[in-house]
Amino acid sequence: MLLFFAAAAVTLFAAFGVVTSRNIVHAALFLLAAMGAVAGVFVLLYAEFLALVQLLIYGGAVIIVILFALMLTRASEHLGESDTRRRPFAALAAAALFGVMAAAFVADSAWFNSTTRVSVPFRTLAEDLFVVWAVPFEIASLVLLVALVGAVVIGRAGREEDETFPETGEPDGDEPARTPRSRRGERRRRGA
Amino acid sequence: MTLQLLHFQLLSAALFCIGLYGVLARRSAVLVLMSIELMLNAVNVYVVAVAAFRGFESSTGQVIAVFVITIAAAEVGLALAIVMRLFRSRGTVNMDEIDVMRG
Repeated sequence: MLLFFAAAAVTLFAAFGVVTSRNIVHAALFLLAAMGAVAGVFVLLYAEFLALVQLLIYGGAVIIVILFALMLTRASEHLGESDTRRRPFAALAAAALFGVMAAAFVADSAWFNSTTRVSVPFRTLAEDLFVVWAVPFEIASLVLLVALVGAVVIGRAGREEDETFPETGEPDGDEPARTPRSRRGERRRRGA
Repeated sequence: MTLQLLHFQLLSAALFCIGLYGVLARRSAVLVLMSIELMLNAVNVYVVAVAAFRGFESSTGQVIAVFVITIAAAEVGLALAIVMRLFRSRGTVNMDEIDVMRG
């Protein structure tokens, strides 16, 4: 019980940090903390395998990729996150949705609410994953392959149009000049 | 008061709504992506919690969560490639300034 509240508090605090922090690198690190706390919640649900997967994929891969993207795009671009015009509306929408969901869950808990958690042994999980869910598993691997190739293609294509900068029909001037830092980032990315 | 399904459901709802707030309020595309990751995590918590509290042994919830994590990883890779491309061609990752659909 105490463990759950600790994990939930860390999760919500870190998630709040992700959406409110002004420094985008701090936001990414808050995201890492939130992922770790969610992994803790998974352990509380007796889903140890998922907790490990969560730590490896989110804590490892996704955060690293996000940090790379932050590094390659200009960091100053992400500052100035002060959009007061949309913020009250967004907060209102989120709070309203939370109210609806919480009311639904509380009403639902009168009908079905359980206090016993059942753990799934690794063996059952593996058998289900590779027998019952074998076809979706293969499709997921195909999706990953397509996403990988697509990311490479999107990242590499249009080498010429990079040199001549805007051809998008937008009036000039609203596109800030590129800094040497971003060009360096491009070269590094192409070299990789 | 013992730990019950409702607690996990409320945690999931709160996490989802925080992510929704991030998607609506943030301007940088990378931050919007991070908020979407929060929402996907909320869904995972919900699915796994319902599966664990159902009272009999069933791995379906965990398998679905594994698939959600897989798709989320693919999504992050693709979306960040698109963000990089946008940044190179338009010089910004501000969602408010990216309002055309042709390249």
